[in-house]
Amino acid sequence: MSGRLSFYRFSSPAAFYPLAGAIGKVSALIAVVLLAIGLYMSFFVAPTDYKQGEGYRIIFIHVPSAWMSMFIYLVMAFWAGIGLVFNTRLSSMMAQALAPTGAIMTFIALWTGAFWGKPMWGAWWVWDARLTSELILFFLYIGFIALQGSIDDTRRADRAGAVLLLVGVVNIPIIYFSVKWWNTLHQGATVSVTEGSSMSTIMLQAMLIMTFAFWAYSVAVAMYRVRSIILEREKDTRWVSELPEVRR
Amino acid sequence: MKGGVSEFFAMGGYALYVWGSFGATALLMIAEPLLVRQRRKAALQRISRLVRIKSEQQS
Repeated sequence: MSGRLSFYRFSSPAAFYPLAGAIGKVSALIAVVLLAIGLYMSFFVAPTDYKQGEGYRIIFIHVPSAWMSMFIYLVMAFWAGIGLVFNTRLSSMMAQALAPTGAIMTFIALWTGAFWGKPMWGAWWVWDARLTSELILFFLYIGFIALQGSIDDTRRADRAGAVLLLVGVVNIPIIYFSVKWWNTLHQGATVSVTEGSSMSTIMLQAMLIMTFAFWAYSVAVAMYRVRSIILEREKDTRWVSELPEVRR
Repeated sequence: MKGGVSEFFAMGGYALYVWGSFGATALLMIAEPLLVRQRRKAALQRISRLVRIKSEQQS
């Protein structure tokens, strides 16, 4: 019973604020360590690809950022849904805190994809199903941020943003399965949950380490950002004014 | 790595694409935490001001 109670305790912004700080700190540390290992493996351990030469090394950031761009969206939609149903303030703040990081991950996926596509396909951009649906994901992130920013009433902004996020979820399976449904330029999945991986082990290891690094990075940045959002929204409360970091 | 530093940076002729990708990613992943820190500073400053105004009104 006490376990249940202590879990619900953290749905209050005042209780979550210090916890977010602790999670942020640990995640930042993990991110730095994993990024160092992942980058070292990406450049010095993973061998040159027999077909794509050194150019393939872009996938060590392209794939992790593309995965994170979809994953962060799902997490945001989850929190937005919880916020809509249970009217919990903190879950809406979580969705808001994740949005810029998700947009950045999507941008990195598109940008690195273009820089991979130019030498390998001969074009920075093609209107391929995978690329187009990922671009729509980017617009969804930007749309969510803009929509929330344009509504002054926080509760209304949260609700409008949540509806947009939940409608946009339909785009995630479209991105994921686009390479199966439409046989266009973007290659199929190299790493699949059902079929395992068709990559060499060392390349796969480097890619997975980079993925966990990007994951830890996203958690860290979102946790630090949600702390600021809590402060901004709860600025008139007693507990905020009594925080040690507030100078009097 | 067999070759020297310049060979490493040449990336087998893919320098523009590899460093264009990693460079942009690094830039964004350094800028974002800085922006987050700035936002926190601004929020704390605003709250400090609010607290000061409140205490002045009470006295």
